[in-house]
Amino acid sequence: MKAFAQLITTLGTSTKTNEKLELLAHYFATENDADKVWVIALFSGRRPRRIVSSSLLKLWCQELTGLPEWLFEESYHTVGDLAESIALMLPPASEENSHRFSLAGIISHLLQIEKKDEEEKKQFVTRSWMQMSKDERFVFNKLLTGNFRIGVSQKMIVNALAKTVQLEANVIAHRISGNWDPASTSFAALLSNEGGSADHSKPYPFYLAYGLDGPVSELGKETEWQAEWKWDGIRGQLIKRNNEIFVWSRGEELMTDKFPEYHSLVNVLPDGIVLDGEIIPSIDGKPLPFALLQTRIGRKNISRKNLQEVPICFFVYDILEYEGRDIRELPLTERRKLLEEIINRNNHPPVVLSPVIDFASWGDLADLRMQSRENGAEGMMLKRKSSAYQVGRKIGDWWKWKIDPLVIDAVMIYAQKGHGRRSNLYTDYTFAVKDGDKLVSFAKAYSGLTDKEFARVDHFVKNNSLEKFGPVRTVKPELVFEIAFEGIAASNRHKSGVALRFPRISRWREDKTVDEINTLDDLKKMLEIFGK
Amino acid sequence: MPLIEFTNKGLYCRAGEFYIDPWQPVNKAVITHAHSDHARPGSLHYLCHHQTAPVLKLRLGADISVACVEWNEVVTHNGVKISLHPAGHIIGSSQIRVEYKGEIWVVSGDYKTEDDGISGAFVPISCHTFITESTFGLPIYNWKKQDIIFNDIKNWVSGNQANGKTSVITAYSLGKAQRVLQAVAELTETIYVHGAVWNTHNALREAGINLPGVKKVTPNIPKQAYKNAVIIAPPSSDGTPWMKRFLPYSVGVCSGWMQVRGNLRRRNADAGFPLSDHADWNGLLQAVKATGAQKVFVTHGFQSAFSRYLTENGIEAAEVKTEYGKEDDEKIPDTEEPPAKDTGGRAIP
Ligand SMILES: [Zn+2]
Ligand SMILES: [Zn+2]
Repeated sequence: MKAFAQLITTLGTSTKTNEKLELLAHYFATENDADKVWVIALFSGRRPRRIVSSSLLKLWCQELTGLPEWLFEESYHTVGDLAESIALMLPPASEENSHRFSLAGIISHLLQIEKKDEEEKKQFVTRSWMQMSKDERFVFNKLLTGNFRIGVSQKMIVNALAKTVQLEANVIAHRISGNWDPASTSFAALLSNEGGSADHSKPYPFYLAYGLDGPVSELGKETEWQAEWKWDGIRGQLIKRNNEIFVWSRGEELMTDKFPEYHSLVNVLPDGIVLDGEIIPSIDGKPLPFALLQTRIGRKNISRKNLQEVPICFFVYDILEYEGRDIRELPLTERRKLLEEIINRNNHPPVVLSPVIDFASWGDLADLRMQSRENGAEGMMLKRKSSAYQVGRKIGDWWKWKIDPLVIDAVMIYAQKGHGRRSNLYTDYTFAVKDGDKLVSFAKAYSGLTDKEFARVDHFVKNNSLEKFGPVRTVKPELVFEIAFEGIAASNRHKSGVALRFPRISRWREDKTVDEINTLDDLKKMLEIFGK
Repeated sequence: MPLIEFTNKGLYCRAGEFYIDPWQPVNKAVITHAHSDHARPGSLHYLCHHQTAPVLKLRLGADISVACVEWNEVVTHNGVKISLHPAGHIIGSSQIRVEYKGEIWVVSGDYKTEDDGISGAFVPISCHTFITESTFGLPIYNWKKQDIIFNDIKNWVSGNQANGKTSVITAYSLGKAQRVLQAVAELTETIYVHGAVWNTHNALREAGINLPGVKKVTPNIPKQAYKNAVIIAPPSSDGTPWMKRFLPYSVGVCSGWMQVRGNLRRRNADAGFPLSDHADWNGLLQAVKATGAQKVFVTHGFQSAFSRYLTENGIEAAEVKTEYGKEDDEKIPDTEEPPAKDTGGRAIP
């Protein structure tokens, strides 16, 4: 636990990628296998289920320290992170006993007491606290509260492992993705150089594209490129192996059960196949707004009505495995040819072949791109015809060429403090448009300003608060911002009647006053044009 | 009339006709220590500890009128007895004890309860009314012992040396710089300091205070001289072009605020050492209790939380708004909100 706490602390403060990589590599080279398996699991989003609520942790900490609730809350608010707040407030360990805890040991204990009563959990948690150093408490609390986010990408984990085990990076990436249980998987089973585990649900790491900044003509000859629409759904892999269908999201979540539409594919697709595409609601091959997809994901039980109103399709654009063979190294054109053959052979509604866009020149393509929204797309994908299917975000062969976002000018009306790094600054804002002489809130946004701008807005908030309501301050409606977003949909959960997709601040309009902002009518017009 | 009043010029003793750490020019000012938020220019006469005087003159002008006293030495003004006692904050820092007709008030100034080896050990003074700071008046602030932090600093410097990096330590030029110097001097003789640190260092040395030797960073020193060296610089120099000459370097921030992870990330520093010249939560509580005061006024810091906690624990306390607490070493300029500013304190008697 000590080494793990040290690793987390240093990773959390280090600002350099190389340094982080070295730290991880060192950890993997020196620590015991059981702990390493858990580190891989934690960093790839497989955390033990949460066994105690935050409010119980707060309560136990208050009991141990004798601090009143208001002071606990005030301190927590200053720190901005519950795990850290508790670690800082607890009295020094009665007997620091680091060697008694291994990471794997702690987690297995947590798994054991998952079903036990509150008293037993309390005994374990408080006793552990009182034997741990501050840094150990911090990571222990992070395990308890189940939110381990330490700014380490999967790619970095893979690269660090590649320095210690005898496997290629893309093989490691494949092995550590998918459906494995850290509690029952040994380090050797996960990363030995023969065979690997027999988990046949495993997806491949996704190949991700960068956004295109420069002019498209800089990509070179048109004939070397394939263009497709960029869909606004969930990136996913559809797998059929051993006569079973698996659907993975890009977030490496197994979503098979959420989409019964795909189950029939077990009789249609050949065995040993992995397809890459977009999970997207669609009728007659035409995509429906993303907001509808969210209504499906959020649901535990899917009714017949849901299936009819929001049928989910898979817009497929790549094939990574065929007849059980990894074909990611084949050039895109060959993969595409194979894909077209397979899909056209079995014309089966939930799978839609994402079309390739015909174009003669870059100028042509730029014109076509203007029709993205009418096609239900958020722009285009440009892929080099000779490209292999790579691992992770790589520059050069695949590009996103998105259309410009929709924008609207709005005034800030509420502000709230941020979390973590920004826990002392007002960085979370709510924006409003005009409706006659009223202001109607329509979006929240957290990002899009520079640190300097955030500091200035923060200063404004502190000096122009009209009212405090819990952590939220109502501020004088004075600062105008341009809000950019990717899509708009009708919503009866929002006062404004619209829900935006990916709203963010695109710039601070210091040149505008609140009288010059957009109106609710403007939003409704946008809804009419783009909300279908 | 209370013995010390809170006026718009600062803490005022009407009976003795003097102010303590006033933030506007007055006739007579008794000064706890030479940090800029406590020692301001323009007053006619200053009274302070003899180790405070050299820096006071450096900062406010060589021609100011300063009377010096030793700790425990009693000066009488209009029948009011004034004496200074070690506050442990920085070299020369003092608490001010004021006694009139048997009533005793103590103004803490800034203080810390751990003996840092150079500032004089904090001594609790019995009094009826205690005016305390509360810079770190929340239970999340409890410091590690100085020798442990010094070890962390030394290990960090050695690590940098092994990697061929210069170690740049940011520390406020008066107080923290001299304190850190103790740790680094055990490790290396190549210590360079920023001009601001140099000026203070020199003023203290000239006043006969024993400090390890350092060199000043100047434009004509060749870059190679800084290889593997330790540099002590004020926080304001971090990120400025002045730092370029030390490349490759690693920056370590010495400040109590480094106790919270987010602050280290916000500063984008390579290492943070929660070394503070202010009392931590337990230090504040102990100090308050040790005075035996029946009444406590809480100034700069988390005054609202700290005074409420004292009151709930049977010590009558109230928060007081002052102009203190704007030292740049313990302050993160653009992000730190004056704590509990808008909760509204109780009326001052
Ligand atoms: Zn001070
Ligand atoms: Zn102060």
